[in-house]
Amino acid sequence: MSVLGHWHYWVGITLMMIGLYSVIARENLIKKLMGLNIFQVSAIMLYITMGKVSGGTAPILVEGGVDVVYSNPLPHVLMLTAIVVGVAVTAVGLALVVRIHESYATVEEHEIRQIDRSDS
Amino acid sequence: MTIPFELPLFAFLIVMAVVITRVRDLLEAAMLFGIFSLICAGLFTSMDAVDVAFTEAAIGAGVSTILFLGTLSLTGAREKPASRRATVSALVTVLLTGAALVYGTADMPTFGDASAPIHQHVAPYYLEKTPEEIGIPNYVTAILASYRGYDTYGELCVIFTACVGVMTLLGHGLRSTEGT
Amino acid sequence: MLSSVPRMQQKLVLRVVGRGFVPFIVLFGCYVQFHGDFGPGGGFQAGVIAAAGVILYALIFGLDATLRALPPSWVQIGATLGVLLYGGTGIAGLLLGGKFLDYSVLDAHDPVHGQHLGILLVELGVGITVACAMIVFYYAFAGRKSPAQ
Repeated sequence: MSVLGHWHYWVGITLMMIGLYSVIARENLIKKLMGLNIFQVSAIMLYITMGKVSGGTAPILVEGGVDVVYSNPLPHVLMLTAIVVGVAVTAVGLALVVRIHESYATVEEHEIRQIDRSDS
Repeated sequence: MTIPFELPLFAFLIVMAVVITRVRDLLEAAMLFGIFSLICAGLFTSMDAVDVAFTEAAIGAGVSTILFLGTLSLTGAREKPASRRATVSALVTVLLTGAALVYGTADMPTFGDASAPIHQHVAPYYLEKTPEEIGIPNYVTAILASYRGYDTYGELCVIFTACVGVMTLLGHGLRSTEGT
Repeated sequence: MLSSVPRMQQKLVLRVVGRGFVPFIVLFGCYVQFHGDFGPGGGFQAGVIAAAGVILYALIFGLDATLRALPPSWVQIGATLGVLLYGGTGIAGLLLGGKFLDYSVLDAHDPVHGQHLGILLVELGVGITVACAMIVFYYAFAGRKSPAQ
């Protein structure tokens, strides 16, 4: 396994794991959402680095060009969708965080669970 | 193989991701996240993904930052420290998952390989047929709006649903009161 | 040194520059919308840029002024209009004899021209809905009373 050829997988995996750590280890709900966003951006980075062709150019038609190598446009299309869906999820998640803060007066997960346990 | 010049930028990305995870002042984290998105947009451009870079810069560095700052203005802006046990078990989980993923990508195509399977089946069809069937220069728009138009419709409906969801949760903007 | 400048004058620079910038931002959004066929761009980017112009106006001049200029009901109706435009283009393809979201039948004489028309309409729908959705997000977060009030 050549490290030099696979560096983009390693970078993507590292970023993914940092995002995942933030989601599972941090108790603040807003920090969890930031970790989720980092995870999502790293997944997008992975796809885009896989779509790159050496010596290629952006997938926009070059008028009159012969033998032009284009980078693969399909991952770009899929990732456009992913980015927009990601911001939709972030917006609804943050709206829920605002409502949780209004109900519990905190956004820390362990405090919310304590309040729920003492209520029941 | 020459070392790509983006490597220092990727290292910077990883450092920033670690700092966003560790910093306790959430306002700093939101600002750093905006910079993180902008550097990702630059890296996407150097990977020839110009449409994705445009969208990531506009949405990641623009709208996401506004949403986080809006939330922070309504809630508190500091994070309390996490418990040690949760941190250690999360670290072990993350390291194991990362090792499994690295092992899984060991035999995947190298960076920029033109003979990789993803460049072989559907993509050459789109690159060949778009000038004659659709006739617009931007391949990404042609695939997004025409060849994969149904997926884009679904995505539009997701955005609309999120819009309705946020309106239901937080109100219409006319200084709605809490508890509604 | 900045505190020695009176407060009205501090905001004066923002107000003058903001008022000058916002039309250009919205114009650039329209440029990106219609130029998506020929270069990077398209509905999503254009919608976010146009919404960024409105959000900038709201940040400088206050939410109440923005709510008067662009009432929330218009923005909500705009969000639905974009989805209807996209679905309507698909149904128009059905009514003209093709499949759902088939643009080639939109122009009876030239299928490539039909594709151009179809892509223009659907990207317009995407741009309108994305812009209105981002503005709705901002109105919702900025218009919520914080617990202190």
